[in-house]
Amino acid sequence: MNENGKPKFGMYWASSCGGCEISVLNIGEHILTVDEVFDVVFWPVATDFKYEDVRGYPDGYIDLCLFNGAIRNSENEEMAHLLRQKSKVLVAFGSCAYEGCIPALANFTSREAIFQTVYLDSPSVDNPGRVIPQPVTAVPEGQLHIPEFYNTVKSLDQVVDVDYTIPGCPPEPHQIWAVLQVVVAALTQGAELPPKGSIIGAKETAVCDECLHPKSEKKIFRFYRPYEKVPEPGVCLLEQGIVCMGPATRGGCGALCPQVGMGCRGCYGPLGGVADQGARMLSAVASVIGVGEPEMDERMLEREFETVMDTLVDPAGTFYRFSMAHSLLKRAKIKD
Amino acid sequence: MNNEQFEPVIIGFTCNWCSYRAADLAGTARVKYPPNVRLIRLMCSGRIDPTFVLQAFAGGADGVLITGCHPGECHYLEQNLKALRRTMLLQRTVAQFGIEPERVRLVWASAAEGVYLANAITEMVEEIRALGPLNWPQVAALNGKSHVLTPAIASVVVSEELVEAAI
Ligand code: SF4
Ligand code: SF4
Ligand code: FES
Repeated sequence: MNENGKPKFGMYWASSCGGCEISVLNIGEHILTVDEVFDVVFWPVATDFKYEDVRGYPDGYIDLCLFNGAIRNSENEEMAHLLRQKSKVLVAFGSCAYEGCIPALANFTSREAIFQTVYLDSPSVDNPGRVIPQPVTAVPEGQLHIPEFYNTVKSLDQVVDVDYTIPGCPPEPHQIWAVLQVVVAALTQGAELPPKGSIIGAKETAVCDECLHPKSEKKIFRFYRPYEKVPEPGVCLLEQGIVCMGPATRGGCGALCPQVGMGCRGCYGPLGGVADQGARMLSAVASVIGVGEPEMDERMLEREFETVMDTLVDPAGTFYRFSMAHSLLKRAKIKD
Repeated sequence: MNNEQFEPVIIGFTCNWCSYRAADLAGTARVKYPPNVRLIRLMCSGRIDPTFVLQAFAGGADGVLITGCHPGECHYLEQNLKALRRTMLLQRTVAQFGIEPERVRLVWASAAEGVYLANAITEMVEEIRALGPLNWPQVAALNGKSHVLTPAIASVVVSEELVEAAI
């Protein structure tokens, strides 16, 4: 704290969509309290501080820094190190910072394949010189540098030490406000902060626990993609063959998606005690496949299962939609 | 690396009832099988959590073998069918990660099938020797180069055909 005695607040976006910033603004009029309590010292989306300003701050100057976005390139990584150094409490805010999220789906492919698509093959691209960005380019005036694009997307905690994690894509505003209140109480009244390393602003249990749809024994004979079926209201989606990540996903959002007929995509990450969200979901999905009897011929049994599994499109992309960077395997192997 | 000299590391999860006994029988009958499999005994193949398999790969295993009682003979009713469904779905999932599905294998063996199990193990070891080392810790650390599209993208293409067929 300095001049005005207020605690310092920072927020930064690395590889992200900007939704996390919007969800902070979605706490509504509470944003005025944030402004009253904190002195904003860095927040590119809302204020005009430069990286240079942050470099000039003493270490630990920022009391609370919400870091959203994954580590996709060297600039993201550099900022992660800088903000770690300048912050007392560094929070991995949202699914990208926590576990890679949508950007980390690119870990199923390679940097070269991404560049090929984005800069050369995409139908809307006109690039006769076949120019691909290079970290260093020589021009008459000297050298130009841009950040290096990494092959593998990482989560924040894979590059720096993280104090807390708030999951969600994006985190729900009521959860953000609950967390901010705890931090404000700690900073202004000396209340205790949760233990370091905690996942805050969420529950330990699964989305299914929050979901109001009645659950009964599930037996699926085929799976449906969202556009292939209009869900029957008031019935568990998984029971209807619509993939819903509820059983493998941490609650806290209020089971928003299944309540409106959309399968949970898994954005709050794995529930408490689960190392790999995809593996957990894989088990859940395998359990609900309702075909096959023990008396069947072994080959026949496999064929029955295969027929059902053929209707489940892109299992890896579905099970790891949000948690790829944090998964046990972390990325795909690229054949050369 | 020369694949002739490569000794694959295979983690084997066996059910306590039929298949562990089969492995035991192979041992007491002095049926030879290669020492590449490190066996971990579970009460039932249904106890297999896909996490175990992924953990084995992430930790550097080249293959994972799961053994259980034949369908209809599981001591916990139909838990082995669950193991089969998990294994099959896992094979599809790891294929998208660029891991050959043959690296995950499920073998049914009754307590009397010691020789059969020993042969299945030998076969798997040779198959994985031919595939070569997986070396996942190095894959996960990748920040280098490549330009070939992964099976993840290939499989999306296949799936679109499937959807079209369904329409
Ligand atoms: S699977 Fe989805 S729809 Fe079914 S109970 Fe769980 S969260 Fe609700
Ligand atoms: S239901 Fe699932 S996808 Fe939807 S907000 Fe909640 S955790 Fe995220
Ligand atoms: S007891 Fe052997 S597979 Fe279930």
